[in-house]
Amino acid sequence: MNQAAPHVTPAYPIERIRADFPALQQEVHGKPLVYLDNAASAQKPRLVIDTLAEFYAHDFANVHRGVHTLSERATVRYEGARDKVRGFLNAARVEEIVFVRGTTEAINLVAQSYGRTNLKAGDEVLITAMEHHSNIVPWQMVCRQTGAKLKVAPINDQGELILDEFEKLLGPRTKMVAVTHMSNALGTVNPVEEIIAMAHAHGAVVLLDGAQAAPHVPPVDVQALDCDFYAFSGHKLYGPTGIGVLYGKRELLEAMPPWQGGGEMIRKVTFEETEYNALPYKFEAGTPAIAEAVGLGAAIDYMDSIGHAAIVAHEQELLRYATERALEIPGLRVVGTAAHKESVLSFTLDRVHPHDIGTFLDHFGVAVRAGHHCAMPVMDFFQVPATARASFALYNTREEADQLFYAIKEIIKVFG
Amino acid sequence: MLDELRDLYQEVVFDHNRNPRNFRVIEDADHKIEGYNPLCGDRLTLYIKLDGDTIADISFQGQGCAISTASASLMTEIVKGKTLAEAEKLFDAFHKIVTGQSDDLKLEGLGKLAVLAGVRQYPSRIKCATLAWHSLESALKGEEKAVSTE
Repeated sequence: MNQAAPHVTPAYPIERIRADFPALQQEVHGKPLVYLDNAASAQKPRLVIDTLAEFYAHDFANVHRGVHTLSERATVRYEGARDKVRGFLNAARVEEIVFVRGTTEAINLVAQSYGRTNLKAGDEVLITAMEHHSNIVPWQMVCRQTGAKLKVAPINDQGELILDEFEKLLGPRTKMVAVTHMSNALGTVNPVEEIIAMAHAHGAVVLLDGAQAAPHVPPVDVQALDCDFYAFSGHKLYGPTGIGVLYGKRELLEAMPPWQGGGEMIRKVTFEETEYNALPYKFEAGTPAIAEAVGLGAAIDYMDSIGHAAIVAHEQELLRYATERALEIPGLRVVGTAAHKESVLSFTLDRVHPHDIGTFLDHFGVAVRAGHHCAMPVMDFFQVPATARASFALYNTREEADQLFYAIKEIIKVFG
Repeated sequence: MLDELRDLYQEVVFDHNRNPRNFRVIEDADHKIEGYNPLCGDRLTLYIKLDGDTIADISFQGQGCAISTASASLMTEIVKGKTLAEAEKLFDAFHKIVTGQSDDLKLEGLGKLAVLAGVRQYPSRIKCATLAWHSLESALKGEEKAVSTE
């Protein structure tokens, strides 16, 4: 491993940041952990870990209807987290922020609630060829249920959406456009402003899958984007698992039927008739993931404390450096070379299967993901069974990228 | 190379990965079955030609990691010429070894296959080692639809 002084950009407090993440301090197979599987999930700062523990230790009770002190404190913190999310997305109103389990649940909610109600036989749902399964399967399911057709906009060899072809697929029957803001398999960041404008011109609503974009291309401004729905997950954003967000424009959410029934989402229940609750509670049946929502609020605070522009600049420079080093290695093919991409470096090696790459890298302490990344159509398009994927986050360093490439060179020697 | 990995990636594994044996199509196979490991993208097609209840010829094609390729290659070597009953016993023995249910590496007839015993230390790779075997099992039971390790 490189023993020279770590590469430091004066404005970015990388040493302090790394010290904030306890999980990064460990060794794996006797080597310092180099955690590069951030697209799958991110490690948590002490702020988030401590917030969860401290919340359970002092402020925990069930929310919303208790008259006792703890219930009031828990409610204030839970709703406070909702407002933090509102601010993070620059949504106009807290009623437009629905807490769900994650991006997958958010998309399923829209497909089943908005989709079932608004899609008729012959209508069209348009997605792209670079989507994660969670932005494919819910649409396949609702199309089967309603008789609507699923159409797929193609990508090019760089892993970019072909915007002309996308536009050609929009028509009078297009009701829903669901697109990833940033691809988990390729790193491609899509031209979402243009996509939304085109979709709206054809009378379609737009859902953006923001699972990767929320942590890696902040800030996300849902008002400026004018997207109809936006979904992201807490655990990729340095927050807890089990919590995610669906943003939806108020008029749309008002008109949508509830997704799950039960307590909290009702205003009044009799056996003859039940009245549903106001937004956002109409979509939050049952006791919520209270502590997790509060933890997500802390994760947002943490990102804010570093600064979104600083995070993006740091990750962009890392990706640029890693890509440069990757391209020096004979037999290494980078999969996903979009002009605008972030964080993700997916690659294959000529003589070594991604699964073997992953196992070997693990023995060098380097954690990457090997497989289809829940994006089998992307693998099929690039005609590979799988890729190895390194993905960079706000706490990764140039030295870690060096360790990744040192290990890759050793692997090539062994398999040679 | 890192010593711990040597338990799994032995010379035999590298050899069979680089030069897989019986890596071809059998045009007039009695059984053709596809195996797929969705977790990592290993894919193989197994071809079996029977002579009564003996496996007269067996081959495979496909794309996969070193473990799945080596396992398939070693399997075709050891199973060729065996009866269906013998192949079944070898499947059981191999499965016990790789899942850590048995430590007896001298289990009847396993020979070079014992090198894959190391995979038990790598739980995420066990399905790579057993893909070809599950496919064989499936083919011999007459289940012609594709086999998945999920």
